Amino acid sequence: MQWNSAREFFLMGGYAFYVWGSLGACAAAMLVEPWLVGRQRRAIEQSLRDQFDAQAAEADPMAPPR
Amino acid sequence: MSPDAMDPNRSSRWMRYASPAAFYPVAGRLQRVFAAAAVLLALAGLWIGFFVAPTDAQQGEGYRIIFVHVPASWMSMVIYCAMAFWAGVGLVFNTRLSAMMATALAPTGAMFTLLSLVTGALWGKPMWGTWWVWDARLTSELLLFFLYLGFIALQAGIDNPRRADKAGAVLALVGVVNVPIIYFSVTWWNTLHQGASVSMTRSPSMAQTMLWGMLLMALAFWAYAVAVALARVRNLILERERHTEWVRDAVEQRS
Repeated sequence: MQWNSAREFFLMGGYAFYVWGSLGACAAAMLVEPWLVGRQRRAIEQSLRDQFDAQAAEADPMAPPR
Repeated sequence: MSPDAMDPNRSSRWMRYASPAAFYPVAGRLQRVFAAAAVLLALAGLWIGFFVAPTDAQQGEGYRIIFVHVPASWMSMVIYCAMAFWAGVGLVFNTRLSAMMATALAPTGAMFTLLSLVTGALWGKPMWGTWWVWDARLTSELLLFFLYLGFIALQAGIDNPRRADKAGAVLALVGVVNVPIIYFSVTWWNTLHQGASVSMTRSPSMAQTMLWGMLLMALAFWAYAVAVALARVRNLILERERHTEWVRDAVEQRS
């Protein structure tokens, strides 16, 4: 273990801004990207369901909507 | 010739997964495995990098940027090679899924290239006294970022997906010459950027624990890239196959 206290750990020997900035940039990017891909996925699934509902309504106008 | 090579099913077994419908569920399972691996590897790598690895004699604690900077830089190059490979396979064998894989890798590659540049700037400022210099390593990495953006913009600008695949593939393959230029830039030119700490020809010039932290983080970033690219290729498959029966079944099962 390199650290005598939590404070010393967060100060990173005076390089706190650079070390935590780098780590934070990577963490932020690697959380946002999967979230964006997931959001895109939900949008595609919704548009597909709309498409299938429209097709079903066209095939049988009397059928109740799902 | 072995009897296995004569078996016509041998190649078709693998080619089966070139079909988007067959690959879609496999990609879903693989995506979860790689995502879990990424989390575990990152936890181990961060523990070693921030609690086990010693302080650097020259750079103090500032060197710990290495645990994200080097993995991000490696991934920027590895993903480009993977993207060019799948683009090339798609061009030669005319397989749609390979081209989709190239398209799915590009945003993640661009992201890691940007992270490499940003973490490099955050490392350069305290150690060199400047955020940026126009030296060979930094400039060729910036060029890689523009190659990714060019690939994404070119594909986005072409409405026909198969034509977009082909145009993007040519750009990706031409741009691949930049990868060895980045890698060897520190030996071919005099650069401010330091030489490789890990090389294939000599033993690493760093403490064992530093090296392990860096390698674990690199594996974590790699597993992350595989997981997110698989998730994105599944989105692409759903969009491009939206008029097929199997997509209908796959979506309705979930709703």
